[in-house]
Amino acid sequence: MSVATAQAQIFSVRNLNVWYGSQHALKDIELPIYKNEVTAIIGPSGCGKSTFIKTLNLMIQHVKRVRMSGELLYQERNLLDQGVDLVSLRKQVGMVFQKGNPFGKSIFENVAYGPRIHGMSKKKELEETVERALRDAFLWDEVKDRLHTSALGLSGGQQQRLCIARTIATRPEVLLMDEPTSALDPISTSKIEELAMQLKKDYTIVMVTHNMQQAARVSDRTAFFLMGELIEHDETGKIFSTPNDTRTENYVMGRFG
Amino acid sequence: MDGNTVRASSRLLKSTNKTALHLERRGKMTVMVCAFLIISAALSITIFLTVKGLDAFLENGVSIVDFLSSTNWNPTDHKSPTYGALSFIFGSFLVTILAACLAAPLGIGCAIFMTEIAPSWGKKVLQPVIELLVGVPSVVYGFIGLSVLVPFLRSVVGGQGFSVLAGTLVLAVMILPTVASIAADGLNSLPGGLREGSFALGATRWQTIWRVVLPAAMPTLLTAIVLGMARAFGEALAVQMVIGNVRTLPEALTDPAATLTTIITLNMGHTTFGSTENNVLWSLALILLAMSFFFILFIRYLSSRRKFS
Repeated sequence: MSVATAQAQIFSVRNLNVWYGSQHALKDIELPIYKNEVTAIIGPSGCGKSTFIKTLNLMIQHVKRVRMSGELLYQERNLLDQGVDLVSLRKQVGMVFQKGNPFGKSIFENVAYGPRIHGMSKKKELEETVERALRDAFLWDEVKDRLHTSALGLSGGQQQRLCIARTIATRPEVLLMDEPTSALDPISTSKIEELAMQLKKDYTIVMVTHNMQQAARVSDRTAFFLMGELIEHDETGKIFSTPNDTRTENYVMGRFG
Repeated sequence: MDGNTVRASSRLLKSTNKTALHLERRGKMTVMVCAFLIISAALSITIFLTVKGLDAFLENGVSIVDFLSSTNWNPTDHKSPTYGALSFIFGSFLVTILAACLAAPLGIGCAIFMTEIAPSWGKKVLQPVIELLVGVPSVVYGFIGLSVLVPFLRSVVGGQGFSVLAGTLVLAVMILPTVASIAADGLNSLPGGLREGSFALGATRWQTIWRVVLPAAMPTLLTAIVLGMARAFGEALAVQMVIGNVRTLPEALTDPAATLTTIITLNMGHTTFGSTENNVLWSLALILLAMSFFFILFIRYLSSRRKFS
């Protein structure tokens, strides 16, 4: 494999299994995730890619009757062990959802929410954090004059960028994006993609996507999931030009899925 | 062209089939009649109450200022009857507001428990139980109040037991299920993405409830409280059984009092239709109607402000 082992792994997934009740949703997943890269997770609906991304910040624990086994190392620490502090984990591993879900508060309060719950209370400090997060999410110029109006008045694409700003306001290490553009128009989509490519300087990004072109455009590495199994993972160029597995080839060529 | 296919141009025309048109019209007429019946019933009651309620002031010459500001209620005095209803207006507002103050935190707390803390158990056990409690007739609450609460208060806090406090407690228990079930519906109808978004930022369950869920559900929670208050304000029987029904202003929670509704139910039987005393009772009813209009308008206003992603 052409994976450069010298690079720092931020997540190292070994032998990960996830069950919903009796349904085996993820089977023996082995996947390294490298620092300051965009890793795309592709695969047809129901292949387990959303399940996988939700295990990385343990949001999966909010699902009923879920069981996990194996190793999910985040910075050398197994998240499947008892006693993981969810608050600090999620401060470090932020998540952006499929549908923009801003709170029914002002734009400012949406972005300030994360820093506030993690103990930031000085007005000056909050204002600086909010401005930096909104600038990093390319949203500042569009909203700087209406920071104190409701976030629900923003367009769908702006709401999604606001959610990204809200997530990076807590200065995470990793940014998980679960199909962040599936509900957006092409222009908003390209803004988010551009943003993802910018953000990888400071963050590690894991992005689930239905859109093969998106994975090809944005990501450094791609992992292909099928029916709960990880079929193949490699550098994106390799996956899209000369994959090892015929199933991967068929999928990226658009022959099924 | 065979018999079954219809040309596109004629499909676009309005149907000329007589029976279909007839059925269409008949259905429309039926629902329109239903709607007009309801509207006219509501309108007639309002007009009737307004006319009768104003009779005391216009026909019998009762002073509207005295009526609203005096606590002197003695309509049966032959020489100089007095019609000051302030004690009852005050009594109604007092028990309603106190009952809401008790029922609101308890009911909303209960709703949070049902929806956020123990959703599966709450939905299976607690919600049906609470809906059952909404349906318990008020006379049952009053009866329990009369036979359990009043003697209890008499022995613990002293006095007669029949008191503002007894009325408040009975009303609070009565409106608690209403508040809880409407609040729970409101919390359940919030989009799930709100909670997810908050958890994913590292918020604890308490932070999520307190800073995201409750603010988003606030209009519905207020609606729940106001609906509870409307029920409390209009309740007659249960309150009448425990409040003591005296004409004076209560000076303490342990004093007996009366409300608009209890005075109407107590006196409507022995006054003659058209007499001044009877007309003044209609004026009390008019106040009740005005208040329920106010409650409904307030709820409408709240639900118009209800918006979340």
